[in-house]
Amino acid sequence: MAALGTAYFYLCALLAVGGAVSVVAAKNPIRCAMGLLLLILSVAGLFLALHAQFLAAIQLIVYAGAIVILFLFVIMLLGPAASTPSDRRGLAVRVFGGGLFGVAGLTSLTLVARAAETAHRVLPMPVPDASFGGIEAFGSVLFQDTLVPFEVSSGLLMVAVVGAIAVARGRQGSHSMSPAEQEIRGRAPSQDPLRELHPSGVFSHELPPGDDAKGQSA
Amino acid sequence: MIPVEHYVLLSALLFVIGGVGFLVRRNVLVALMSIEVMLNAANLALVAYNRSHLARGVAQTYGGQSHTGQVLAFFIIAAEAAEVAVGLAIVLALYRLRRTVRSDEADLLRN
Repeated sequence: MAALGTAYFYLCALLAVGGAVSVVAAKNPIRCAMGLLLLILSVAGLFLALHAQFLAAIQLIVYAGAIVILFLFVIMLLGPAASTPSDRRGLAVRVFGGGLFGVAGLTSLTLVARAAETAHRVLPMPVPDASFGGIEAFGSVLFQDTLVPFEVSSGLLMVAVVGAIAVARGRQGSHSMSPAEQEIRGRAPSQDPLRELHPSGVFSHELPPGDDAKGQSA
Repeated sequence: MIPVEHYVLLSALLFVIGGVGFLVRRNVLVALMSIEVMLNAANLALVAYNRSHLARGVAQTYGGQSHTGQVLAFFIIAAEAAEVAVGLAIVLALYRLRRTVRSDEADLLRN
């Protein structure tokens, strides 16, 4: 039984690290989103092992069901523009910064791991109640002790939705543009690239014009 | 039983991976996903510490075992949903304006 729990932990940990690495390293943003999905699923599995059943369900619903799908929507909407071609400009600076962070993080990680190993003081995990982490106990805490932050977070989500709509909708006509915005748009090749690139659907511009008509007549 | 140190070390490793991705990648979408990785790592550490410290009735009216870390992770998830919604809206607005999703070409405020 204990060996099974250990194997489950290491399986989830391996999948989580693999997902995180593929988020960081994959060239195609779709693959990055799939790596993020893998990470989220394995973290939900670890939540289950930690007696956080309600949080595991929330993780699956909110992350896998909403956030990853939102990323996929945007990647599909942008089409091929979502994957940036690699170029070497500024690569040294970025790799230096990232490498510094990575080396420092991994060094402190190994130091902590060695300290934990030499301490020889593995605390036994306390035994949780049967209700610990379930929806009843979690809801009691949420609506008794953290009622005010809960309501404030609903306000936060409301403001975020309004802000996202206001930012993403854009201007409906060119007559209301400020001079600065006109100057910025003047540098871009077209007025609204989203509309121009995708007249009828995702990746539709990749088909040659004749193909579409053939498909409809067949 | 897996000790809590293992969970915390895994969380730190995930955080480092996400941080390196945020610093190295220039695609704004991938940078946002790296932030997701880092926040997931933080959630994992919070839930693991909550599991290892099951104090009863500490600073709460609920009488059972403490859920502080799990509740904090819950609020982090809520804040993260808001962050992703606004962040992706900004990515779309940037693409409309400059036809790019690269963070180094978003230099409208420069000079």
